Amino acid sequence: MDDIVREFIVESYEGLDQLDQDFVELEKHPDDKALLANIFRCIHTIKGTCGFLGFEKLESVTHVGENLLSLLRDGSIALTPEITNTLLKMVDAVRTILAHIEEDGGEGDGDYSGLIAELSRMADPDAAPAPQSEVAASAEPAPQTAPAEPPPDPAEPAPAANPSPPAAALEPAGRDPKGNAPAESEEADEHEGPANGQSKAGKGVSDSSIRVDVGLLDKLMNLVGELVLARNQVLQFTSNAQDSGLNATTQRLNLITTELQEGVMKTRMQPIGNVWSKFPRVVRDLSLSCKKQVRVEMDGKETELDKTIIEAIKDPLTHIVRNAVDHGMEFPDERERAGKPREGVLVLRAFHEGGQVNIEIRDDGRGIDPDKVKKKAVERGLITVDQVERMNSREVANLIFMPGFSTAEKVTSVSGRGVGMDVVRSNIEKIGGTVDVQSELGKGTTLRIKIPLTLAIVPALIVRCRDDRFALPQVSLLELVRLEGESATRGIEYVRGAPVYRLRGQLLPLVYLDEALGLGGGAHSKDEEDEDSVLNIVVLQADEKVFGLVVDQILDTEEIVVKPLSKQLKSLDAFAGATIMGDGAVALILDVLGLAQRARISVGSRHRGVSGTVAGVGGFGDDLQTMLLFQAGKSGRVAIPLSEVSRLEEFEPDIIESADGNEVVQYRGQILPLVRLSRVLGHSSTGSDGGPLQVVVFRVGEASVGLIVDRIVDIVQDHIKLHRSRGRKGIVGSAVIQEKVTDILDVQKAIAASGIDLFEAPASEREVRA
Amino acid sequence: MNKTNQFCTFFVDGIHFGIEVLEVQEVLRFQSMTPVPLAPDVVRGLINLRGQIVTAFDLRTRLDMPDRSPGQNPMNVVIRSDDGAVSLLVDEIGDVLETREDQFEPPPATLDATTRALLTGVFKLEDHLLLILDTEKTLALETSSLN
Repeated sequence: MDDIVREFIVESYEGLDQLDQDFVELEKHPDDKALLANIFRCIHTIKGTCGFLGFEKLESVTHVGENLLSLLRDGSIALTPEITNTLLKMVDAVRTILAHIEEDGGEGDGDYSGLIAELSRMADPDAAPAPQSEVAASAEPAPQTAPAEPPPDPAEPAPAANPSPPAAALEPAGRDPKGNAPAESEEADEHEGPANGQSKAGKGVSDSSIRVDVGLLDKLMNLVGELVLARNQVLQFTSNAQDSGLNATTQRLNLITTELQEGVMKTRMQPIGNVWSKFPRVVRDLSLSCKKQVRVEMDGKETELDKTIIEAIKDPLTHIVRNAVDHGMEFPDERERAGKPREGVLVLRAFHEGGQVNIEIRDDGRGIDPDKVKKKAVERGLITVDQVERMNSREVANLIFMPGFSTAEKVTSVSGRGVGMDVVRSNIEKIGGTVDVQSELGKGTTLRIKIPLTLAIVPALIVRCRDDRFALPQVSLLELVRLEGESATRGIEYVRGAPVYRLRGQLLPLVYLDEALGLGGGAHSKDEEDEDSVLNIVVLQADEKVFGLVVDQILDTEEIVVKPLSKQLKSLDAFAGATIMGDGAVALILDVLGLAQRARISVGSRHRGVSGTVAGVGGFGDDLQTMLLFQAGKSGRVAIPLSEVSRLEEFEPDIIESADGNEVVQYRGQILPLVRLSRVLGHSSTGSDGGPLQVVVFRVGEASVGLIVDRIVDIVQDHIKLHRSRGRKGIVGSAVIQEKVTDILDVQKAIAASGIDLFEAPASEREVRA
Repeated sequence: MNKTNQFCTFFVDGIHFGIEVLEVQEVLRFQSMTPVPLAPDVVRGLINLRGQIVTAFDLRTRLDMPDRSPGQNPMNVVIRSDDGAVSLLVDEIGDVLETREDQFEPPPATLDATTRALLTGVFKLEDHLLLILDTEKTLALETSSLN
């Protein structure tokens, strides 16, 4: 049976059950317009749906019933017991037909013309003035309709006499030898979920499930949260107790609470199939209107998620799916030319991983063209040419999440208006999720969404700062770093007072939690930290920002129940809420993004200082400049404006080749000439120790050149006051950066001094490109 | 100031205050609190009230009064607000008093502005005055004072 039909049956039964009550109520209060309107609406819905589904008999019965009801509702005729009787008869007839539909998909061969005639007669205002005389007449059709029901199927003795659908419904389920019924019920379950579990297959199952108000479930969930906390407290108290009876009881309480918690959590869980189930239809309609052929495949649709999360991802997912079909998929001819089957495949995949739910939406379409994306992003002014040049392909693909971005050539009814993917991302981030896109040109695109299982209970890391404990949601946690002794004192460097730590060679800005929270900070100067000090760094990620949070102590991970703060405290962006710990004390939950903003961590992931100002070498004024600091030779401290740099790379020494007497390396399908900066500047190199070479890649006109430096030191933002110097090779002058005298490099001259002729490069490159 | 004339009373810095009894949920002894960094001074901390997290406001700070002497633990007057329960920290709990309409007067003009703004009026008791707090105003903190 179709999902739609099943749903229709379930809904109709529900409506009819309500109708019985409403009719009885209506007899007591014939003037109750609201009741009448309810009844009318119910019948109207059934009529509309069955017309749509092609159940003609049902439609004709409900149609006349509806007519009668509309007259009653409008007050054209008054309700009499007789009318009520007839309407109830109609309800019974509807039930009978529904039972038939439920059983074999047909409407049965009952004859309802008598009932229809009766209903239409009552709906006829002319007949209304003489209801008394009609009583006898109405008694006549009544027996007609009643026997009309049983005869069609003698095997079913009393469908009409037994208005309870489940009794009849149980039969087919039991009869089905192939075990289809359970499978069906599972599907239906996915459709509606346990929350309104009555939809479970419509067959018999409506007996074993009930509709529950989500508010009630929320309340239960809260109560269970409290119980868990109380349990934790009891456990703490009894851990020292000697009484074995008490201990045993506590253990039991512990187990039961855990089970109860799981059980209640489950009531709110719904399979993701609930959301997915509409996608085949969406995709079908969309691909038809786009003249494409797309097949949907689903994997893991039984993966369960909290109801609130299901609700929250519904729209983003739909958007992604529509996008995939509209933008991602090629036209069948196009696919054939590319050697792919004419029919595209859209794969939806969901699975649990690390306490999170992963959802993948993968298409085998044309993929995201990085060049197009770059061009568009620059065109729309979302990002500068410079920044684009420095991005890798994945970062480029993720540009599609920027507000105002759209690569669609033309605006279609479906997409292309440039609103969407950014909303998708913000919606997903709102519920603590992340979204990432990977794409290979010509092969397809994969969108990966990671979302927490539930919002109410989150795993969190508990840290201590001063006397208080704070909870950090585990989603934003990347790693924990513990520095002891000397490394704790020496490991932290200061860039103009801002502490940073080198984490595997990359600079990690640090935030001291006590300072950020105004708990008497400023005590973190170098000399304060004595030799045996320990530094606990929690490496966090919020949005694009990665930073280290320095806390006094890292305690434990714990599942916490998130509770909102009162409205007077809502505007504190450093906190996401509060929770009650096992010992009954309240702990604040830190908002990682808020903390980052509070500490003014600048945007840009670790090695890309994208926020660089765009300025040429000539433009050294006294204004703020972002400089890349590096070391060339033992003593040479050199800086260049970051805007000149297109990328920082590491090359293994053994991939260096030689061309025309120069060192070169194959880089992104081109030959990248390399210049050893220390040699140009006449410093002695620290000598290669076999480790990877640090290379700063520049673009000079059309060509790229790699500058081998000894060490990348830092990226700093500073007011550069240039002291021009006389004609040293490749050096414009010097400036004081980070309180040290630093040479400012003139890239063009330095490269020229190395003897590489840059004017040749563009020509050869053009040939390669052509 | 008409439906009820019963007031839950308490003392803050020696001054007798009252809140309409129907607004008060319960009165609690001192509870340990979790301070909220960055929050306005008035917010003394968060209390775990049977699993419910309740924000505690110090009436002394709210009324621009000097802080309690160390060791003097405040009492909690938990009141119902639109936003759930909120606790007001006071020095000492007084009796529930019944008052007469004819004892009521608007807040005297000589009162300092802060206190005056938070009062609905004053009851002239036999030997002293009972100041009636407007809980809504008491709990309304200018959001600008945050952060």
